[in-house]
Amino acid sequence: MSPGVAELLLQRLEREAAAPGAGICSLEAAAALGLDHQALVGAVKSLQALGEVIEAEPRAATRWELSPEGTEVLRDGSPEVRLFRSLPAEGLPQADAMKLPGGSVGFSKAMANKWLRLEKGAPGGPRVFRAVSGVQDTVQEALRRLHQGETEAVPERERNDLKRRKLLLEVTLKSYWIRKGSAFSTAVARQETELTPEMITTGSWRQLPFKPYNFAALGLAPAAGHLHPLLKVRSELRQIFLEMGFTEMPTQNFVESSFWNFDALFQPQQHPARDQHDTFFLQDPAEAAELPPGYTAKVKKVHSHGGYGSQGYKYDWKLEEARRNLLRTHTTAASARMLYRLAQQERFSPVKYFSIDRVFRNESLDATHLAEFHQVEGVVADRGLTLGHLMGILRQFFTKLGITQLRFKPAYNPYTEPSMEVFSYHEGLKKWVEVGNSGIFRPEMLLPMGLPENISVLAWGLSLER
Amino acid sequence: MPTVSVKRDLLFQALGRTYTDEEFNELCFEFGLELDEITSEKDIISKEKGEDRAKGASDTVLYKIDVPANRYDLLCLEGLVRGLQVFKERISLPRYEKIIPAEGEGQKLIITEKTVQVRPHAVAAVLRDITFTKERYDSFIDLQEKLHQNICRRRALVAIGTHDLDTISGPFTYTAKAPSEIKFKPLNQSQEYTASQIMDLYRTDSHLRHYLHLIENKPRYPVIYDSNGVVLSMPPIINGDHTKISVNTKNVFIECTGTDITKAKIVLDIIVTMFSEYCEKPFSVEAVEVIYPNGKTHICPELAYRKEKVKPELINKKIGISETPSSLAKLLTRMCLKSHVIGNGNNIEIEIPPTRADIIHACDIVEDAAIAYGYNNIQMAIPKTYTIANQLPLNKLTELLRLDLAAAGFTEALTFALCSQEDVADKLGMDISATKAVRIANPKTAEFQVARTTLLPGLLKTIAANRKMPLPLKLFEISDVVVKDPNTGSAFFPGRCAEVFAKGQSIGKLGVLHPDVITKFELSMPCSAVEINIEPFV
Repeated sequence: MSPGVAELLLQRLEREAAAPGAGICSLEAAAALGLDHQALVGAVKSLQALGEVIEAEPRAATRWELSPEGTEVLRDGSPEVRLFRSLPAEGLPQADAMKLPGGSVGFSKAMANKWLRLEKGAPGGPRVFRAVSGVQDTVQEALRRLHQGETEAVPERERNDLKRRKLLLEVTLKSYWIRKGSAFSTAVARQETELTPEMITTGSWRQLPFKPYNFAALGLAPAAGHLHPLLKVRSELRQIFLEMGFTEMPTQNFVESSFWNFDALFQPQQHPARDQHDTFFLQDPAEAAELPPGYTAKVKKVHSHGGYGSQGYKYDWKLEEARRNLLRTHTTAASARMLYRLAQQERFSPVKYFSIDRVFRNESLDATHLAEFHQVEGVVADRGLTLGHLMGILRQFFTKLGITQLRFKPAYNPYTEPSMEVFSYHEGLKKWVEVGNSGIFRPEMLLPMGLPENISVLAWGLSLER
Repeated sequence: MPTVSVKRDLLFQALGRTYTDEEFNELCFEFGLELDEITSEKDIISKEKGEDRAKGASDTVLYKIDVPANRYDLLCLEGLVRGLQVFKERISLPRYEKIIPAEGEGQKLIITEKTVQVRPHAVAAVLRDITFTKERYDSFIDLQEKLHQNICRRRALVAIGTHDLDTISGPFTYTAKAPSEIKFKPLNQSQEYTASQIMDLYRTDSHLRHYLHLIENKPRYPVIYDSNGVVLSMPPIINGDHTKISVNTKNVFIECTGTDITKAKIVLDIIVTMFSEYCEKPFSVEAVEVIYPNGKTHICPELAYRKEKVKPELINKKIGISETPSSLAKLLTRMCLKSHVIGNGNNIEIEIPPTRADIIHACDIVEDAAIAYGYNNIQMAIPKTYTIANQLPLNKLTELLRLDLAAAGFTEALTFALCSQEDVADKLGMDISATKAVRIANPKTAEFQVARTTLLPGLLKTIAANRKMPLPLKLFEISDVVVKDPNTGSAFFPGRCAEVFAKGQSIGKLGVLHPDVITKFELSMPCSAVEINIEPFV
């Protein structure tokens, strides 16, 4: 705020608008004081912030100003008149006529005014002649009137015409009608913005006025570091699993073999998910080096012939296909590794495992699909677990996430049976949305690993991004 | 999930009642289906091609229903209706009957050894005295297409051919011949072509061109003839025009050929069980004798019913309910698995029909019992599994570091693990072979060529995308990289970088980035970075 300008304005108000109800126009005041209007407006605004010192009523006035072209016309005459006056008595071929001062605009305007006559059949091509003896430059006249401020002298229709021809500009002037306010004084009280140590020690704060806060202004953002929002959700879910007694699985391998990603999970080699379209296969290294041989043979058998109480898929299972390396499509591959390790123990012990990590699908990217996203997976292995237990633990898990209304729907996964999709009611969308997938791992997956027959393994998963 | 499109009113007519959309949605939810979309032909064309082109299209309401990928018996209106009606106990599952014609009267399909090199297996059956309407005919064609797309793996495993039996005469021969020796008029064409010409003819066909590669480079192409040399089909590409079926066809000869005999049998079973409903003798299928190159014969279709025994306690225990054996038997029967109590009431015998090839283990039976019981009727229970949780040390360290880095004023980034070759090599001033990066075989774009060997490119690209933000920009990321071998690099400005050691072991580098690296990532401000491996600290 410039005390100088505000004070000048207050003094002027005192002088020029002494009578009650009297006021001054900001534009006139700025001109009289030799100031830029905007500077005066600034002073008006800061005075307004002080309370009732002044009253400022916003006003808008429209003024008509000549555009640069309009100024030219004022000086040289309108294009149509110039063209008319330059046309020789004997006329000109049309093409040449268009090149006269005034150009094609002048030509078409003059034609429209019927000042010119076009003889189409003339020798040498269409020829332009004067059709009248003399003309009045009404356009130039109108512009002169407007330039001199005689707005009423020019009818609205003509003004709009000139505006359309871009000879005239309608300018809106914003100004203020300023009057003395109820708390008027010529002295500008300087307002303090901060409480300083001196004010505290001297006690001067008791006499000083303080500027009120402008709540419409944005504050200064504090310098700070930030955690990624998605990873904050990851931390939260990690916390939930730990609270429920789940141990974290090692998942720091994006590269996996088809064997652990698909075959060990009883997903057949002809399954669509194993397509080029859905899975990122590796060019280098293309194949997994080692797979556990005894276990591989059992997996081969259950796929191709059945066993363990199963009919199997009855197709030719190929080791080369299982060897193919890929970027894991789910962290269930890591769960399979852990369960296999568990099965190699001397004695079975119940476990609860979890993981939250990145998985890859060979999708085209769009608003709702990513090629990389994070999968959350929970696994419980124990004796005597039922579908009811799976629903129970899902309820506990989702309740900790603040999701309490759950419904379960039959679903299909190659490696779980029964399978359930978990739905929750979304208050905002007013409909049931899928929040996760779950199931009990198939015996064809668990038994070849060597897990005892009475062990059930519950599992569920969801994507972090959802 | 496969989607089946059915006309709502036809569906309700077959179900014998109407539903509101919400009611039908609920029914689908209970059964394991999903009512994905309610639309009409007009809506579909409107969305794809604009409202103008949709004028005059049908307003008939269509239900698009998502069906589990392993339920081939629900891929058409007929199957859906049958499944739902049995589920609601309005009908009992029909019994599918294989009619073996008297000696000398049945159809035969002879397979020659020449097919062994290309697509060795074939099965066939006849639907006798069938009555099609336009809807049934469309459904018949649609089912074949759905099966082709799903279980047949886009015709690679099995191809289906359906023919008007009255236009041909058996015995039929399934053989393979050189392309130049095969000549016939393909479906809907106006003249004859040789097989090689057919390949060229359909090279630009939006539908068929995807299947040409299945046989194109073989010395012999599969072909089925009747006894007069009429070509029925050249699987898996196209049928002959001569045998095409229409709404008026009364007798249909169905053949399934391919590389997987199990799937060919399942596919044939599905087609005949679904559509034998419209035969004069409903649910009866006329058998065909298939003769193998070695002289062995086989009667098709399988239409096998399999009996399994499952203990009621097992079902109750796995689900977490306690139903009586007879009530469990009733639940299973509602799922098209006809069951009854046997023994002293402590066992259940289940008959698995040919439409349920998805039942391969007792756990499949348990799931069906649970579905019929109603998942949401099952009482929830908490597992008594007592475990102490352990954090993975690497992740525990990561969480601690993340918090301290954010407190130090750095902002966490989350970047893609896949990137372009240049990102990990050229832009960092290194040769690609030196990086030993893991390469992707089938990337959809150049942005997914390799897996990142360092976190640096991801962060630099993040900065480049946020150039307009006020400085300073301080970023961090703690995540996995994929390396075949640890690498060395010259991404840093000479003399302004250092190697970081912890307990005598090199764990990474820090320093000011080389101006070339900065420029290649489209940045202009000086940039310093540190990258260390935290695994040694675990």
